[in-house]
Amino acid sequence: MTTVGQGAGAPVRQDDRLAALSASFGAAILRHAVTSGDLIVWVERDRAHEVLAWLRDDTGQRYDYLTDITAVEYRDPERPLEVVYQLRSIARGGQLRVKISLDKAQPLRVDSVWDLWKGADWLEREVYDMFGVTFTGHPDLRRILMWDTYAEGYPLRKDFPLRGHFTRAEQTRQALAANPEAHYSLEELSIAEAYDELPEDVKRRLDKGERGFVK
Amino acid sequence: MGLSDPVGAGASSVEVAGVSPNFITTKLDFLANWARANSLWPMPFGTACCAIEFMATAASRFDISRFGMERMSFSPRQADVLICAGRLPFKLAPIIRRIWDQMPQPKWCISMGACASTGGIFDTYTMVQGIDTIVPVDVYVPGCPPRPEGLMYGIMLLQKKIRGETLADPTLRQEHLVDERGFFLAPEKIDEISEPFGNSVQQTRSA
Repeated sequence: MTTVGQGAGAPVRQDDRLAALSASFGAAILRHAVTSGDLIVWVERDRAHEVLAWLRDDTGQRYDYLTDITAVEYRDPERPLEVVYQLRSIARGGQLRVKISLDKAQPLRVDSVWDLWKGADWLEREVYDMFGVTFTGHPDLRRILMWDTYAEGYPLRKDFPLRGHFTRAEQTRQALAANPEAHYSLEELSIAEAYDELPEDVKRRLDKGERGFVK
Repeated sequence: MGLSDPVGAGASSVEVAGVSPNFITTKLDFLANWARANSLWPMPFGTACCAIEFMATAASRFDISRFGMERMSFSPRQADVLICAGRLPFKLAPIIRRIWDQMPQPKWCISMGACASTGGIFDTYTMVQGIDTIVPVDVYVPGCPPRPEGLMYGIMLLQKKIRGETLADPTLRQEHLVDERGFFLAPEKIDEISEPFGNSVQQTRSA
């Protein structure tokens, strides 16, 4: 199985990548699979950051673009939850999928790759929001799609009912009680520069926010 | 108004307090209602595909300026009719509520499309099951999304409703605020109108 390189470097055979990974990390590469021509490697959780950093920096790999981070929970409750990293090398062409299996009986925690790819910021926040996976080292790990005070859990988990845990009345009450401005910084509201000109009551409402203002 | 009756208003029967309609008030009603019905300024609250149909309604082929809705009011303070075009997630509920509270009387609300009216196919954890649990609604326009003709029919129904109003009825211009428990509609009513239907009947709360 070969992938066709588009960049300057020579095309890299998947076997070579796997051999290189195994040579560098040995037992940290738990297993691998090839589906639809894509190589998938399962990596040990505690060494995943190291492996991903190597994949980004090694001259033979150069996965300089993080396409996506997501997570998968399978219907089989015994099966671990997986965090999926989809990597792409723009310099060299070619893709690689890295997976980390997380035992659902343990706290769901992996190291953040925000220090490797800045684009991981919102991707990790989304996985945290939807699956409850904590990313250690993330600079600003809070919900991104659901609102900050959302208390029903993590919607994409299999034990989450389609309509949520609360009654519709309770959901409506909590929604109406929300103070949307409170959870965004002034930069996010695009009014940081105008802060001094805001009316007093708006300032007070913003100051009450959990995040406070960044002035 | 049926289910869109707010908490505690208890006004299924309209009681005309004080003045009884006479020649002066009915002529004044006619004049005020004529003016109001033919110069509705819409506050578009477009969240989804219904907003596309709403834009089509506003554009030249269908042209709602023929109904006096020439000016889209993107500030609630100069708006008469809130048109919620599209699904409303819980995250947007406080926002539409604040927009509604900011609109001065007289004001009306059109719920455009299946999602705004009932939650539509989105019987999920994110979605308000009908905006009448958040704000009072005057006209519901069915459709997914409604064609521009449908929305125009809804607008004409609203105009008809406005022509039937009377200045002698003080309940018409009453503000229905969120009560101290944090509800606009009684919780039993919210749960009642949000009951699962269609495909989602198989999904129980404990599933």
